[in-house]
Amino acid sequence: MGSISEVFQHLLNGLTLGGIYALIALGYTMVYGILKFINFAHGEILMVGAYVGMFAFDFLRGDMPYGPLMLVVFFIAMIIAMIISAVLGMAIEKIAYKPLRKATRLAPLLSAIGVSFILSNLAAYIWGTKSRKFDYPFDNTAYNIGGVAITPHQILILVVSMILMIGLKLYIDKTRMGKAMRATSLDQDVAALMGIDVNKVISLTFAIGSGLAATAGILVALDFKVYPTMGAMAGLKAFVAAVVGGIGNITGAMVGGILLGLLETFGVAVLGIPQGLKDTIAFGILIIILLVKPEGLLGKAEREKV
Amino acid sequence: MSLLYTKQLTRAYGGVIAVSDVDFSVEKNSISGLIGPNGAGKTTLFNNVTGMDIPTSGSVHFNDKDITGVPAFKISRLGIARTFQNIRLFKEMSVLENVMIGRHFKSGRSMISGRTVNALTSYMKMKSEEKDVYDKAREWLDFFGLDEARNEAAKNLPYGNQRELEIARAMATEPELLFLDEPAAGMNPQETDHLMSTIRRIRDLGVTVLLIEHDMKLVMNICEHITVLNYGKKIAEGNPSEIQKNPLVIEAYLGKED
Repeated sequence: MGSISEVFQHLLNGLTLGGIYALIALGYTMVYGILKFINFAHGEILMVGAYVGMFAFDFLRGDMPYGPLMLVVFFIAMIIAMIISAVLGMAIEKIAYKPLRKATRLAPLLSAIGVSFILSNLAAYIWGTKSRKFDYPFDNTAYNIGGVAITPHQILILVVSMILMIGLKLYIDKTRMGKAMRATSLDQDVAALMGIDVNKVISLTFAIGSGLAATAGILVALDFKVYPTMGAMAGLKAFVAAVVGGIGNITGAMVGGILLGLLETFGVAVLGIPQGLKDTIAFGILIIILLVKPEGLLGKAEREKV
Repeated sequence: MSLLYTKQLTRAYGGVIAVSDVDFSVEKNSISGLIGPNGAGKTTLFNNVTGMDIPTSGSVHFNDKDITGVPAFKISRLGIARTFQNIRLFKEMSVLENVMIGRHFKSGRSMISGRTVNALTSYMKMKSEEKDVYDKAREWLDFFGLDEARNEAAKNLPYGNQRELEIARAMATEPELLFLDEPAAGMNPQETDHLMSTIRRIRDLGVTVLLIEHDMKLVMNICEHITVLNYGKKIAEGNPSEIQKNPLVIEAYLGKED
């Protein structure tokens, strides 16, 4: 390992990667917190969000030059993608999960896997399997700050993920609706008896989680292009992040995501794990966590209720 | 006048009929009791009246309005609140938060607030509403003598206080009718006495109380009207002295003399 600037470089790379994992992990953890099931279609919602964002951006910007206006257009495209993904997330819940709410716990899980296949195959059918480029809304030449290269794209990721995470945390801790979400995740029946419309809370949870996934999808796509199966690996990694942080725990998902990003980056850079084996880091960590602290870093061990 | 009544209420789970053809009513501003041996269908009846379960047949009427099959959150807003046999607090939340939640959703206005164009006025409105909810929650905590413990996590309260907190949370939804499912379960005699006076104070606020209870001393002491269930059927109703003399009730509890 080299100089201090090299450490900062890896730290920066790890944080940006982790910010994206965290955004996706939040969707898994919020849904789990309320419905106690893993929405395996979450990665595909991310994929749809990336496509919508790309189409919206390409349509809106025309042949506009780089500049502040283009950034505005980019954020408008991002918001459109968030809204459409949110609607998609709510629709999936209504169609594929809600009818199974009283079924065995395995049923919605299988339904989610089904939805995930349908979405990725539908995307391949409609948009083709070829990956498409999502153009940067700016000139992505790296700045050099004290020997650390930072690209505008990385700044974008850090700013967007920070704002969304802080916003979400405030929303859940401070607002009436956030309280309704917490109450619903603690005890659905009692929440209803307090006058909370549990179905609405569940819809909103899917909407928020899906909106965050769309944003993450766009941020990923700027570097790695848009294609129908792009959500699979991103989704799995973020799922690992959510479990590492303690599934169901909002702060845990953020911590887990960032930690995973850092570990992957440092694993490759410092431990010399070959780039091709990078993905094994996440799943290795998953195995270790499940063996050592199955409730996750911030999760609480749940005793089986009698 | 009956605040609540059921007509031939039946709830069957497959072949098991938990509640069978029960006509049952609660008089306004009374303290009423629902008793019966274990498995008689008392909690099932509660669940079917509070919207946590949907009757197989028959109907439920509250304030002369048919509320059969209405979802729980709407029934709560109509003015029915309840507690549970096994205390179900939001354990991780503070005592104060538990009561504030009871108050927050009372209004039933759209939960997705802040859609107002003018963000500032909607923010101010949210703030003043928050203040109102907070003040009212503190009043309820005071009523139950729990105000000092308001910042504790609910799960850290002593058992008797947890039971009272659950009642406080239910009261914060400002119900007309309060259901208590075995409120004295697990309480020592002092706690039970305290509970009895609390229930009377609640009634004095103009709230109708219906309780399920196995502690006969409590039931006979404070209930003006008692309904007895056995094997899902209503076998008797009346005032405490009538119930105590009723041979069907004695048989249900003690078995038949040979």
